[in-house]
Amino acid sequence: MSDPIIIVGGGQAAVQLCLALRKEKVETPVLMMSEESEYPYHRPPLSKSFLTGETDEDKLLMRPETFYASKQVAVELNTHVSAIDTSERTVSTAGGEKRFQSLVLVTGARPRQLPLPGADLSGVHLLRDLQHSKNIKNALEDAQHVVVVGAGFIGLEFAAVASGLKKTVTVFDMADRVMARAVSPAISSWFEKTHQGNGIDIRLKDSVSEILGESSVKQVKTVAGELLPCDLLLIGVGVIANDDLASAAGIECDNGIVVNEFCETSVADIYSAGDCASHPNPFAQGGRIRLESIQNATDQARVVASTIAGKKMPYHSVPWFWSDQGEHSLQMAGLSNSADQFVVRGDIESDNFSVFHYRAKQLQSVDSVNSPRDHMLARKLIGGQISPSLEQAADITFELKSLLP
Amino acid sequence: MPKVIFVEADGTRHEVEGKNGVSLMEIAISNNIDGIEAECGGSCMCATCHCFIEEDFSAAVPAMESDEDEMLGFTAVDRKSSSRLSCQIKMSDDLAGIEVNLPSEQN
Repeated sequence: MSDPIIIVGGGQAAVQLCLALRKEKVETPVLMMSEESEYPYHRPPLSKSFLTGETDEDKLLMRPETFYASKQVAVELNTHVSAIDTSERTVSTAGGEKRFQSLVLVTGARPRQLPLPGADLSGVHLLRDLQHSKNIKNALEDAQHVVVVGAGFIGLEFAAVASGLKKTVTVFDMADRVMARAVSPAISSWFEKTHQGNGIDIRLKDSVSEILGESSVKQVKTVAGELLPCDLLLIGVGVIANDDLASAAGIECDNGIVVNEFCETSVADIYSAGDCASHPNPFAQGGRIRLESIQNATDQARVVASTIAGKKMPYHSVPWFWSDQGEHSLQMAGLSNSADQFVVRGDIESDNFSVFHYRAKQLQSVDSVNSPRDHMLARKLIGGQISPSLEQAADITFELKSLLP
Repeated sequence: MPKVIFVEADGTRHEVEGKNGVSLMEIAISNNIDGIEAECGGSCMCATCHCFIEEDFSAAVPAMESDEDEMLGFTAVDRKSSSRLSCQIKMSDDLAGIEVNLPSEQN
């Protein structure tokens, strides 16, 4: 039998690869090796509906166990790949060495820890995988005073859940606005106000400097010098790409596993996709970036499958993201970091509006609050490099759809 | 348990059982039916669980909310009057025997 395509990782990209390889009529056996003890599951509910009990654990699985056999995919769970030998084309696990025909590294990312005094106390949590979420869910039963470090998507989604469960919630971020790395100031300020209106205490340009308690957290000390009661602390300050395995094998890495537009790494027949892949992105002016999103994981998995199938379809998907925070849905299309002008569509005082970002008069990105139609249109417009004028974008009576072919 | 019949774009029929309260999308996924992708896991974000509901059942399925209506404007295969997102339709006795047609592409 021929050597398999080995997939290292068991997240969104891994599942999409199984689907896409078979759709591309690649018939090589596939072996998926995942460190986790569960079959691939949906992560978005872990910071939201799984914590509230609205989504049960059995609903988290992306595909039933029988799916993998139906796609001729062998799955090894609880399997840590310790090394890759790029010349022998093998991976090493506790069970020995396995040869591969192609290797796909979809190793994801891990939450960044904060080296704070007291960070090892019980009651201090990170949130990335199912076990993290289960721990937090248990802790929420008795917790009263919740503190969140980091006002990013995870931090704010969790803060909204905790506040909905009638906890006292305080969110810290060293930046001067929430979600500063991801959205425009207008969106930041709307969410800041909305969360505060729901009783969440948001403290910007401040953070936790020390976590206090005997075996479990009891208080936090802020940079500003205040002491706050705390029995559940979530650290949500971003993630680090899991590129150590690739790097140790001599595969080029630079804040992630470096790939080209076909998701090929610096070593032939070794590919990468998803959160861990540092890739050239046409929507970032060709710059190399990493994206932590379902869109990026699934679309890059399709690119890997097409490359393995010999079709070579370059990655050029419009980046899009979403974050459900309490009652509100934030959807983002495109990348806004390079924008030099923006315009609001809709009424920012209402709960439905979008911010259109431009760079040299060309539409770059759109952040939408409770406006799925604007978001879906934005994906089409940005993907087609179609720019409404600033006046058209600001005029809600102008039908943006009329610009699409 | 009530039956659901999924029909792939190439005409392949799958007759499966659907538990009440479970969405048509989840029923398709748990029965390994290709043709429903559901990348977002049922968050009404991706429009990759598009399906067409047989006319006999159009009155029995719950009415769509505005988010679903808007997402349906952006499906890979063009929307028809029978289009729905399968993540938004929960199985019930009224839908026993429903025929759900799947598009050729979801993205």
